[in-house]
Amino acid sequence: MDEILEILEKDARTTPEEIARMTGRSPAEVKAAIRELEKKGVILKYTAIINKDLADSAVQALIEVKVTPQRGIGYDAVAERIIKFPEVLTAYLLSGTYDILVIVEGRNLQEVATFVSEKLATLDQVTGTVTHFMLKKYKEQGVIFHRKKRNKRLLVSP
Amino acid sequence: MRDPVSSRAKAVPPSGIRRFFEMVIGMPDVISLGVGEPDFVTPWHIREACIYSLEQGYTMYTSNFGLLELREEISRFYGKRHGLQYDPEGEILVTTGVSEAYDLAIRAVVNPGDEVIVHEPSYVSYKPCVTFAGGVPVAVATSADDGFKLTPEALEKAITDRTKALVLNYPNNPTGATMSEKELEEIADVVVEHDLIVISDEVYWMLTYEGVHRPFSSLNGMKERTILLDGFSKAYAMTGFRIGFSLASPEITEAMMKLHQYTMLCAPITGQMSAIEALRHGKKEVDAMVREYKRRRNVIVKRLNDLGLPCATPGGAFYAFPDITSTSLTSEEFSTGLLKEEKVAVVPGTAFGESGEGFVRCSYATAMEDLKTALDRIERFISS
Repeated sequence: MDEILEILEKDARTTPEEIARMTGRSPAEVKAAIRELEKKGVILKYTAIINKDLADSAVQALIEVKVTPQRGIGYDAVAERIIKFPEVLTAYLLSGTYDILVIVEGRNLQEVATFVSEKLATLDQVTGTVTHFMLKKYKEQGVIFHRKKRNKRLLVSP
Repeated sequence: MRDPVSSRAKAVPPSGIRRFFEMVIGMPDVISLGVGEPDFVTPWHIREACIYSLEQGYTMYTSNFGLLELREEISRFYGKRHGLQYDPEGEILVTTGVSEAYDLAIRAVVNPGDEVIVHEPSYVSYKPCVTFAGGVPVAVATSADDGFKLTPEALEKAITDRTKALVLNYPNNPTGATMSEKELEEIADVVVEHDLIVISDEVYWMLTYEGVHRPFSSLNGMKERTILLDGFSKAYAMTGFRIGFSLASPEITEAMMKLHQYTMLCAPITGQMSAIEALRHGKKEVDAMVREYKRRRNVIVKRLNDLGLPCATPGGAFYAFPDITSTSLTSEEFSTGLLKEEKVAVVPGTAFGESGEGFVRCSYATAMEDLKTALDRIERFISS
């Protein structure tokens, strides 16, 4: 992977000047490379990973969605409809016993349940849903939640 | 009561690092650039393999040489990475860290009164172990002008009829200096001319940022005269596992094994099992750590130079060794002042030999955020 991506994936706030210093390139070079990555859609967005358990009371659910594919367009048409709902954080087409995995967020259980029963399950091509409410997050995008800060090293050693 | 402590133990002063450590301990909010070990915790796959070995009941002694399985992995690894052939049965000895391997090497080759040449600034154990073995350590100063490389001229000058061995340590702790193949060959010529044994501590070799590391024993004619020391502490972030090893001729290995057998017996099996996993599957994580160290190196070196503390770009290890003479402070005064006023721990260069005066060792095995904060504090310290 490109070293710039490695650095930004670790900390998206790292400035082009800092990346330049780290990698021995010029800031202009780094800026140009980042612009190119953004243009190509390799970098889609700069965002924060938030521990919502601490920030507010949001509820997330994983929903297995079974779908009847449509002739000529497969799953894409129904997927396009699903992902336009702002409640949908994530959607993947999967192999296996169901077709689309949707991750939905709402303010409370009721809101998520309502979304599933009124919006998702009622789509014509959707033949069934199974909803799993998320109880606890351990790790997301490589970040471990609730990690204690560790500093077990001696302060001076050979 | 008569003096309970031997004159040999008394003859050696305590490590300068140790003295500094006692000053730091108990001080809150210190950012330490004084640490000679990675800030990364051992990669999980290695720790997981370690736990599994305990679950399987691997809690016994191993062969004095170390687990054959580990020696075979080391042999394969050196064959693959360096094209060097070492026989797992007779030329490889697994030790309790490189520290033990070094002590064994010295005791295996040094007769009372033999001189051993140590280039300085260098790691704190090199000279004392020679003294403990009844030998005479001879320090050769290297200088910033030479990039802290050992020059054949300086080496020649230090050699006498009593010189038995040369200790080499590149990539170097505390300077981060590395030596090119050509520069090492010049040293090798002197070694042959004076029939020396070379003890080459290459524990930092995987942390090489420029060029390719050449083990000293891979140079023409050097294999039979070299005791190559390597270990898992630095590259795999496994300091606490205490696993190192030596690669040497069967004759020397046998002698080292004898000393090891009667003192250490064997390296801990838990560490050895973990080391096997490190060699088999550790490359990806080591590569990622090396890339991160290199980025930190670039940041710290640039900043130190900008602050008016000249610092060559270290080719390896994880230390920057800036010249602090522009502050008109001694290494000791600089380090003590920086610690007291700004709570940043660095190690005075003098801990690594007299030629370290005017320098301090800054370890960049420190998270990037802390490194930046520490550099800000250093800036405040020197402008106050």
